[in-house]
Amino acid sequence: MKRIAFSLLLLGLVAGLIMTALHKNSIESTPLDQLREQYATRTKASVDHSRFLQLKKHFAKPQDVTAACISCHNGRAAEVMHSTHWNWERTEYVEGKGIRAIGKRNVLNNFCIGISGNQQSCNRCHIGYGYADASFNFNDSLNVDCLACHDNSATYLKAIGGAGLPDSSVNLSFVAQHVGKPQRTNCGTCHFFGGGGNNVKHGDLEMSMFDPSRDVDVHMASEGSDMQCVDCHSAQKHQMLGKMYSVSSMNRGRVECEHCHSAMPHTDDVLNDHTLKVACQTCHIPTYAKVNPTKLFWDWSTAGRLRNGEPFEEKDSAGTDVYMSIKGSFVWGKNIKPDYIWFNGTASHYLVGDTLDPSRPLQLNVLYGSYDDPDAKIYPVKIHRAKQIYDTQYRYLIQPKTVSTKPGDGGYWAEFNWDRAAEEGMKQVNLPYSGHYGFVQTEMYWPVNHMVSPKSQAVQCGECHTRENGRLANLSGFYLPGRNYNPWVEFLGVGLLVLTLAATVVHGSVRFLMNRKRKGSN
Amino acid sequence: MKKEYVYKAFERFWHWAQAALIIFLGVTGFEIHGSIRFFGFDQAVRYHNVAAISFIILIVFAIFWHLTTGEWRQYMPTWKNLRAQAEYYVFGIFRNAPHPTRKTVLSKLNPLQKLVYAGLKVLVIPVMVVSGLLYMFYRYPQHNEILSLNIGSLEVIAVLHTIAAFLLVSFFIAHLYLGTTGRTVTSNLKAMITGYEELEEDSVDNKAQPVSHEPVLTK
Repeated sequence: MKRIAFSLLLLGLVAGLIMTALHKNSIESTPLDQLREQYATRTKASVDHSRFLQLKKHFAKPQDVTAACISCHNGRAAEVMHSTHWNWERTEYVEGKGIRAIGKRNVLNNFCIGISGNQQSCNRCHIGYGYADASFNFNDSLNVDCLACHDNSATYLKAIGGAGLPDSSVNLSFVAQHVGKPQRTNCGTCHFFGGGGNNVKHGDLEMSMFDPSRDVDVHMASEGSDMQCVDCHSAQKHQMLGKMYSVSSMNRGRVECEHCHSAMPHTDDVLNDHTLKVACQTCHIPTYAKVNPTKLFWDWSTAGRLRNGEPFEEKDSAGTDVYMSIKGSFVWGKNIKPDYIWFNGTASHYLVGDTLDPSRPLQLNVLYGSYDDPDAKIYPVKIHRAKQIYDTQYRYLIQPKTVSTKPGDGGYWAEFNWDRAAEEGMKQVNLPYSGHYGFVQTEMYWPVNHMVSPKSQAVQCGECHTRENGRLANLSGFYLPGRNYNPWVEFLGVGLLVLTLAATVVHGSVRFLMNRKRKGSN
Repeated sequence: MKKEYVYKAFERFWHWAQAALIIFLGVTGFEIHGSIRFFGFDQAVRYHNVAAISFIILIVFAIFWHLTTGEWRQYMPTWKNLRAQAEYYVFGIFRNAPHPTRKTVLSKLNPLQKLVYAGLKVLVIPVMVVSGLLYMFYRYPQHNEILSLNIGSLEVIAVLHTIAAFLLVSFFIAHLYLGTTGRTVTSNLKAMITGYEELEEDSVDNKAQPVSHEPVLTK
């Protein structure tokens, strides 16, 4: 009877094992396979713009191209003119400040600081023509630059210092005949070079992303899914999804991994549990600036040194600028492990004119969140630190005029005079300059969202669940298994084990000795 | 002396399976706790979870067995001879004094064992199982979303689980050692392997107190 029961049990066990093995080998397509299939199918536009008569002509000025575009795509320019790409401004609820229009006009950064007074150069990346100063007409649809985003010939180029106008080398007719959906080149031309050079700002968006390898970015690699920026940053009526928390405050219009991958993309439930508190990026972007270095520290206070009266530059052995007379000194980093923060999707910003406390680093954008916040998750960020100019009397940051367009206009990059640069720059933002300046430490927090690694390179459990030097060592307010423990329980627990062990050893030894003695005396 | 069948087949299976599981859970658990490194954190979690479920299944069978056979009565704590048993371990054992209580098939646990085992069964193991289940399921993915029990922090759960773990390891050490204090150093071990143990025979003046051995369910 026993034997029968035993063999039945064994049989059941074997059957169970076989079932499990078979289940795992079943060839149903996973959600990931379905996504791959979806993006493997590329639709080709049926329309051929090179055959339109409206475009087969010479265009004297870029606005004429826009007029030609609008003649068929009527209403589209109006959509663009509602976008943040055009207005460089959003009306948002900012924690502690209320409803404010925030954007490049009133938010300062700690790279090139701000556009005010410098539009001629900075606004090369505006999707319009001629945004050279604050008087730019945002209501003229002919100033919309359709080509910057829709050129598919990779020959379109905006002129340096041209306030958004195309370079004289551009054949407008050719470009107009080769338009289509935005490619990585269209977006990257501006978004990879923000802050005055490749990878200066983001760390996870730079020129290697024009054609990244799979190790750099699984989504955009041509040997991967070869996705374009707009596959995730999709648009309805020219309103793109996704934005950067350097200039936005509210938890809306975000692109999230979950949109495609769902909140439970893993086969392992323990990993799926993590999505409640940990953003996908945290594990799947182990490092940023994988190919080229990104700027980590920018010290404006050392700017202005001249050699023989001339500005100069110094490069490190890798050819990266470490000093520029016009900008100061820099520290760069490559293959950086991100910092980690709790983030709930809302932020606040230092706005032009806000007073500051020079005794401690000023956070130009504060990303909110904590463990107790049900909307917050752990996100990876790049922290960019700087020393930048501020008014020591009025105690606010200074918007300096850096770019010089004509002699004597105060532009720092020509005159190397902070007083003049401050005076002229502050006029642009309608604030007084006291005549006294200093340099204050500032920080900016840039969420890291790109350069997603293949899953084999994802952050491993033990990199956070560890007592020493874990990736999350600086995050507090919650119990992380493997990292946290109660010191009292640990002390008493280990003490109990030591005492128990000592007791058995002592007891056993005495027993052994007494036993021997007794045997000897017998 | 008489050879008696003291530990039934299931009882021995239960004992050794439990021993293996507790050792394994201890190693993987303290790795998760951050005290040791052996399998790697991710594997430790995976193994710990599988072993935990196995342990719970074993506990369910063990409870069923104890209830249906009435063996649970063996664990009823008693004051009787408790002091004598403690004194035996402190003094008598060194002088080769006789065990203060006699081991019989119907009463195979001494008063200290009864107390400690009962404590494990009604306190330590339940705390371990309940905190462990909460640890595992306090947020659990269901229906394509994560449903979360409204527990502010994992800390209370984790700390309770850790306290119970320290107690179990301490018990494990003491249990190993006290296992050598039988009639001979290895007699208890042999008995737990084979089921048979040489026990003192009943004598007229030292009649064992009969322990009820009827199934509880029929009572």
